[in-house]
Amino acid sequence: MESNMNQGKEGRNIERPFAEGESIIRVDGLNLHAGKTHILKNINVEIPKNKLTVILGPSGCGKTTLLKCMNRLTDLTPDIKVSGNIYIGEQPVFGSKTDIVALRRKMGLLSQRPFPLPMNIYNNIAYGLKLRGKYTRAELNELVEYYLRQVNLWDEVKDRLRSPAVRLSIGQQQRLCLARGLAVNPDIILADEPTSALDPVSSEAIEKQFAALSKDYTLVMVTHVLRQARRIADYVIFMYLGEVIEMRPAQEFFDDPREEQTKKYLAGAFN
Amino acid sequence: MMEEKKLSDIRAMVKSHERPARTGRKLGEEVFFRSLMNIASVLIVGVMGIILLSIFYKGVSTFSWSMLLEDMGSGFYLNRGGGIKNAIIGSLYLSLSATLLALLVGLACALCMNVYLVRHRRILNAARFLLDLIWGVPSIIYGAFGFSLMVFFGIKTSLLAGIITVTLFILPIMIRAIDEVMKTVPAGLSESVLSMGSTRSELSYKVYLRQCFPGIVTAVLLAFGRAIGDAASVLYVTGESARTPTSLMDNVTTLPVAIYNQINSPHAATQDKAYASAFILTLVILAISLLSRYISKRYQKYRIY
Ligand SMILES: Nc1ncnc2c1ncn2[C@@H]1O[C@H](COP(=O)(O)OP(=O)(O)O)[C@@H](O)[C@H]1O
Ligand SMILES: [Mg+2]
Repeated sequence: MESNMNQGKEGRNIERPFAEGESIIRVDGLNLHAGKTHILKNINVEIPKNKLTVILGPSGCGKTTLLKCMNRLTDLTPDIKVSGNIYIGEQPVFGSKTDIVALRRKMGLLSQRPFPLPMNIYNNIAYGLKLRGKYTRAELNELVEYYLRQVNLWDEVKDRLRSPAVRLSIGQQQRLCLARGLAVNPDIILADEPTSALDPVSSEAIEKQFAALSKDYTLVMVTHVLRQARRIADYVIFMYLGEVIEMRPAQEFFDDPREEQTKKYLAGAFN
Repeated sequence: MMEEKKLSDIRAMVKSHERPARTGRKLGEEVFFRSLMNIASVLIVGVMGIILLSIFYKGVSTFSWSMLLEDMGSGFYLNRGGGIKNAIIGSLYLSLSATLLALLVGLACALCMNVYLVRHRRILNAARFLLDLIWGVPSIIYGAFGFSLMVFFGIKTSLLAGIITVTLFILPIMIRAIDEVMKTVPAGLSESVLSMGSTRSELSYKVYLRQCFPGIVTAVLLAFGRAIGDAASVLYVTGESARTPTSLMDNVTTLPVAIYNQINSPHAATQDKAYASAFILTLVILAISLLSRYISKRYQKYRIY
């Protein structure tokens, strides 16, 4: 693959290995301050289409914050100042003319802890579908089943679709949330340590589903678990203290880290 | 920099400071505070019980069905027969309408605060502070305020004027009670819902209302109880009437005002009937409480966390 080097503002070399049209998210000179704290420092990265990109880094380095910037959930937090921008395709995320609701529909979000809707299991999926269009009962039934099957939840819940979603176990809830996100038919799925609150079995299930989904969706997954990143990542963005240190294809990143901090991190120095 | 100590040293140090777990002063303290709590609980429950019992005891003995079925007519306070049907119906009209109005306005305000203004912490703090402040304003002040509103808009004393006054009176409690419930909605739920491409109004009406439903019912109960139980706020604005109101512009006598008048009556028999009226008022509140508990139970199970 051809790669061209771009000179970051602070002199750090961020590799941009993507040709036109290959990337779908472009973070351009993003800075974020919360109160007086500088949380994200001049972030410049691109995220490739239909690949699984992992954002890696020790906790507190700003991974969640960067992810939330991508669909502007920062709107909910007081005292946040953002400069620079993020582009989804051609559309800027920050900007007064942006239709953020339309933009968010292109991006599903899976949070660290599952938050099912205060409804029954069936309606948790149907809610996402109904947001975007009108369906007949039969179509809804079919789609709900399809998405529940896609996350391997159907067999476990098919007899209790009308019971409250909170009664599911945490692992099941997380899969339900993934199905709900898929039902909105996004192009991109953002996931913030989606397995960190789960037991090993559910965790593996989610991980496998992610690996499978990356053929059809652009996946951006935050994690601080190195082994998980090794197993499933196509690309790795390594962050440290609010900066992006490297952005590389996973193989290269793990086999041949360039920056000093990356080497230390891979050697386990920060954990 | 502090000299590094070994864990065993630290543990020995902590151990040397240790007090026996539940002996001596510690035990005495616990016994003291526990008995204080017990005394307080018994006192409160006892006082409540005595009030309720005396209302029930005296109320049942002076109760007659004619009280429910007949209007006051001309001579009720003079012990010439008649009932308090007009006051019961009038009170229900007044408090139910006021509660409904306050609920609509209160929901809008609380949703606005929690969904639309989440970022504006300063505005929120100021709004909450103000609401808590006017919550404490005595109801007679609302009565006076309602009266001046009436004069300003040229409305006569009427059920309508009472509804408006009582709505204003219960609005702070309604908004703050709903607001407190909505504050407990986890930020992650809002984030999840918005990230699906829901608008903020969808977040409000499809998620917040469901998640907060049981709490909203409690808020409605609090507000309704305040509305139906208060005499002073409507003293100047509803006028008085011995007949069941048939339109918004009719004068009404509410139950608390009727009770007040009965107690002030020179006739002992009428004074005793005040207990029957209080008994009826208590039953009305009881019925509404049970109904709302039943409704809220049915939705409780969908709440997350
Ligand atoms: N709203 C906020 N106000 C102040 N500091 C914040 C806020 N949100 C996050 N931070 C800080 O920003 C840093 C990055 O947080 P986060 O993005 O959650 O890290 P990560 O997900 O990598 O663990 C942390 O030090 C955190 O304390
Ligand atoms: Mg995080």
